[in-house]
Amino acid sequence: MADPMRIRATVKDGKVDVRLLMSHEMETGQRKDARGELVPAWFIQNVTATYGGRTVLSAQWGPSISKNPYLNFRFSGAKLGEKISVTWTDNKGDKRTDEATITAG
Amino acid sequence: MIRNKLPAVLLAVACLSPVAAWAQTDTVKGIERYRELLADGNPAELWEARGEDLWKQKRGPKMASLESCNLGKGPGVVKGVYAELPRYFKDTDRVMDLESRLLHCMTGIQGLDGEAIKRTAFGAGTNRSDMEALVAYVTSQSKGVRMRVPTSHPKEKQAYAMGEKVFFYRGGPHDFACATCHGESGKRIRLQDLPNLLDRKDAQRAYTTWPAYRVSQGELRTFQWRLFDCFRQQRFPALEFGSDASIALTAFLAKNANGAAFNAPAIKR
Amino acid sequence: MNRQQQRRTVLKAGSGMGLLGVLAAMGLLPAGEAMAQQQWNAGAFGARSFADAVKALGGAAPTENKGILITAPDIAENGLVVPVGVTSNIPKTESIAIMVEKNPNLLSAVFNIPSGTDPFVSTRVKLAESTDVYALVKADGRYYFTKKEIKVTLGGCGG
Repeated sequence: MADPMRIRATVKDGKVDVRLLMSHEMETGQRKDARGELVPAWFIQNVTATYGGRTVLSAQWGPSISKNPYLNFRFSGAKLGEKISVTWTDNKGDKRTDEATITAG
Repeated sequence: MIRNKLPAVLLAVACLSPVAAWAQTDTVKGIERYRELLADGNPAELWEARGEDLWKQKRGPKMASLESCNLGKGPGVVKGVYAELPRYFKDTDRVMDLESRLLHCMTGIQGLDGEAIKRTAFGAGTNRSDMEALVAYVTSQSKGVRMRVPTSHPKEKQAYAMGEKVFFYRGGPHDFACATCHGESGKRIRLQDLPNLLDRKDAQRAYTTWPAYRVSQGELRTFQWRLFDCFRQQRFPALEFGSDASIALTAFLAKNANGAAFNAPAIKR
Repeated sequence: MNRQQQRRTVLKAGSGMGLLGVLAAMGLLPAGEAMAQQQWNAGAFGARSFADAVKALGGAAPTENKGILITAPDIAENGLVVPVGVTSNIPKTESIAIMVEKNPNLLSAVFNIPSGTDPFVSTRVKLAESTDVYALVKADGRYYFTKKEIKVTLGGCGG
């Protein structure tokens, strides 16, 4: 099971700023290992962020997103102390969901 | 994305590209901007979080957490400890740096196998290093704290003097010393400015920015790794993890950074 | 989350997912079929030209628009991690895609921007070499783009 994400969600004047870090190799499938063999592609394909049951961001990613991905986005209408949830799924079917409480910005 | 694995010949050609022909100042400014944009959202945080878990988890044959480990300021205290390491520990009658002290706690308190820990001291991809994660966590708890490495105990003085000797010791097939690259100002390897570790400001900036998330490797690297890799580049015998030489060299360089605020885990190229 | 908790969560989530989705999420389908259950545009991610990528994303003839801003360094010390932010000032922005012209496959990411979410994303991408980076925006059903050149000092040159 993959490591937890680091999610920072801060709200200021009704706008939530979300910054997240995910622990993932993001292998392109084009890199060779020490023995000269291709390392198979292994990367996050889908990311979904939800708040109160509604999707606030969804994304499709390719392997050219950097290793240990970082993502920053903003949305309106959330309150202090409430939770945002983020899920990623990779091309091997591995999946991870984490939550974070929205704090004051 | 696979460029750094290309044959040297291609890289040499690439070095003649317009980038290298830019006025040096533009390149330096551009790279400063790049580093600025990277500063927020440092993946080192992923190591810090894993390290905090490892610190608090009951692990090993003795099913104990590291919360009774004394890193110099009492059992379980992590806040600010890194700014005063290496230091003399009475219980081992030895000067220890963070890594050797953690090793001491992991084997003693948790009953883990020290040799196995040393073998995986530096992580690579999915072969992860618990040591690096723990170091990331502990060092993060000294962010903003002024470096105050002690040299009042005779053994601390001795370690500092020995570290200084190691720094200037010339050897290996290239007849290199640490000082060959890091003993004068204004030296660089290609685009990389090399810190003059005998200059106070340079020494402070260098020491207080390790550990760092190394972008080129996608790994968190510790100061211990930095020393280890310098030895490799000098074609020296491997610097043994937790050895007296390693601790002494760390003590010398850490003490030279005294007075500066610790500012890591950082992010570097 | 342990395996059992995970399964419970999956089963709970499964009510609105359909059987295939549940099985895929539980890893009971082969990887290929599990992938098909995800919304992942293989055609777009396999595209080798800007025009092909735009087409695979459902667009045609995008026009250059200064209402899109790319925030990125002019020069990147390492191509493995290059910060790229995109802000769209075009009303009714629905999605933002990031493409790297000289990567083997251009498309790095597509973000859907629901209403209530700012037309802004920031992430980090890999650049194979110095290249133009494109931001493609879908707004009110139409496609717009802007581009920015980023130079990469290669790993070998950077030491």
